[in-house]
Amino acid sequence: MTAWFKRTEKGIQTATEEKKDTPKGLWYKSPTGKIVESEELAKNFYVSPEDDYHVRIGSKEYFQIFFDDNKFRELDAKLTSKDPLKFEDTKKYTDRLKAAEKKTGLKDAVRTAVGKSLGKDLVIAAMDFSFIGGSMGSVVGEKIARAIDYSIKKKIPFLMISKSGGARMMEAALSLMQLAKTSAKLAQLAEANIPYISLCTDPTTGGTTASYAMLGDINIAEPGALIGFAGPRVVKDTTGKELPEGFQTSEFLKEHGFLDFISHRRDLKKKVNQYIDLIQNNPIRK
Amino acid sequence: MEYLDFELPIKELEEQLDKCMVIGEESDVDVTETCKQIDKKLTETRKEIYKNLTAWQRVQLSRHPSRPYTMDYINAICGDTWLELHGDRNVKDDKAMVGGLGKIGDQSFMFIGQQKGYNTKTRQYRNFGMANPEGYRKALRLMKSAEKFGIPVVTLIDTPGAYPGLEAEERGQGEAIARNILEMTRLKVPIICIVIGEGASGGALGIGVGDKMLMLENSWYSVISPENCSSILWRSWEFKEKAAEALKLTATDSKKLKVIDEIIKEPIGGAHSNREKIFKTVSDAIVKTYDEFKNLSPKELVKNRMEKYSHMGVYNG
Repeated sequence: MTAWFKRTEKGIQTATEEKKDTPKGLWYKSPTGKIVESEELAKNFYVSPEDDYHVRIGSKEYFQIFFDDNKFRELDAKLTSKDPLKFEDTKKYTDRLKAAEKKTGLKDAVRTAVGKSLGKDLVIAAMDFSFIGGSMGSVVGEKIARAIDYSIKKKIPFLMISKSGGARMMEAALSLMQLAKTSAKLAQLAEANIPYISLCTDPTTGGTTASYAMLGDINIAEPGALIGFAGPRVVKDTTGKELPEGFQTSEFLKEHGFLDFISHRRDLKKKVNQYIDLIQNNPIRK
Repeated sequence: MEYLDFELPIKELEEQLDKCMVIGEESDVDVTETCKQIDKKLTETRKEIYKNLTAWQRVQLSRHPSRPYTMDYINAICGDTWLELHGDRNVKDDKAMVGGLGKIGDQSFMFIGQQKGYNTKTRQYRNFGMANPEGYRKALRLMKSAEKFGIPVVTLIDTPGAYPGLEAEERGQGEAIARNILEMTRLKVPIICIVIGEGASGGALGIGVGDKMLMLENSWYSVISPENCSSILWRSWEFKEKAAEALKLTATDSKKLKVIDEIIKEPIGGAHSNREKIFKTVSDAIVKTYDEFKNLSPKELVKNRMEKYSHMGVYNG
């Protein structure tokens, strides 16, 4: 055995950008262990075909799903977070923000846009869980408020896609105020008789549930999403009780009367628009 | 009298003063001067301690076992005009959330607030001031009733949070709070909110949207309790003091962040050290605040309120 694998040339340096990596995410494995090719998954609306598991996706994918030909105009794309409290725990908030932006390429935890869905205008605010757990700070509140303003001004139905762990702790009371701010705007939207559809996706908890997520003219959800006010761990710790099977899932919420229906991701576009046509007494678009 | 850890120097001096007076009474030694000096020192120490309270110390004060609770204020302020109203007309009567009608002078008010207990038994009865969805729905029912008859609403906030229970989730804790927040933004009568103790997160906001937000000097208001914040961000319960500082949850900080409008001063030693005084102060604050809003039309009132909340938040761009 000679050392055929021995490095003969010394000091080989490869710049990071030239380094070759096995492409990541060629395969996806669902929680039940089903394996699916990534491309296949994307074609199937990011739902694992064998077990119908709805993979967590973000604003990019939802815009793609809802807007015709993925054409849309983003609103207020430049808003970014400040650090009014100079918040620091084990990390500085400003560092967390920078890290989140670098990791996700996003400016904050929500993107808002307007575009055609089945040929008619729709305003969508879609949250990104990958950005600090989809937490709701000042930017999230402001962007949603402005998107609703846009809906009111142009008389366009508003779709909110929630995916959030709740309020952003690093903005403390200011983040709490976003519950009131967005709700006040929704009251104005309701006053203008413009349909508001709240779509809850996995997960929708905390302050999000205690504000816009539960305030739709219809509240709908994807299958199997976690939706609740207090997280399951908190409930378990507080009450000391075992949680029943399926506690705080979409199906649980529907059974208890808080959701109008649950829709498979592939049918979302059709169903949301069907509701809009029905409630506005228009012919149903195909 | 119960003392908090940082009040121990006060306790010591009070004990010394007691002893001094006993000596004065029981013997012929003249201790008037000594007693006077101890008393003077006591006043100074108290002032000094209360002047420089940390965020965590204020949290401790907000939870002081002798601190006046919602019903103490209501009883003192309304006297025998108070008429408590019960039930959400749906599930049950939530004992953690109280409400009803009462007068200050000639004016009727709808009072709503979380209620805590005084001992183990009543604390359980009141569920530690943590309301269930039916509590928030009861609050909303009373607010709508007030709106119908043009009665201003006063909410007294004192809760460690909305109850995170199994049944609470089944009955839609999130929805109940969300509904209240939305309805409060557009209620056509003046709403005055006062944080009298703990103002924790959605549980507080569920009765905490209004034209004016007041906060007692030693109360706290934030999105999460310092303990829970510590456990989530530091992954340990040990950092509650740090968390309390970081959250900027005191009345002074809340005012700086513009999430509240005014601070109600407490007597030195905290609200519990002079209950009559704080009851009077709060009553006066309600009357004064109501005066600011009573002549506005419902339309102006709602417009201003929505405007106020639309400015909440700090961001770039």
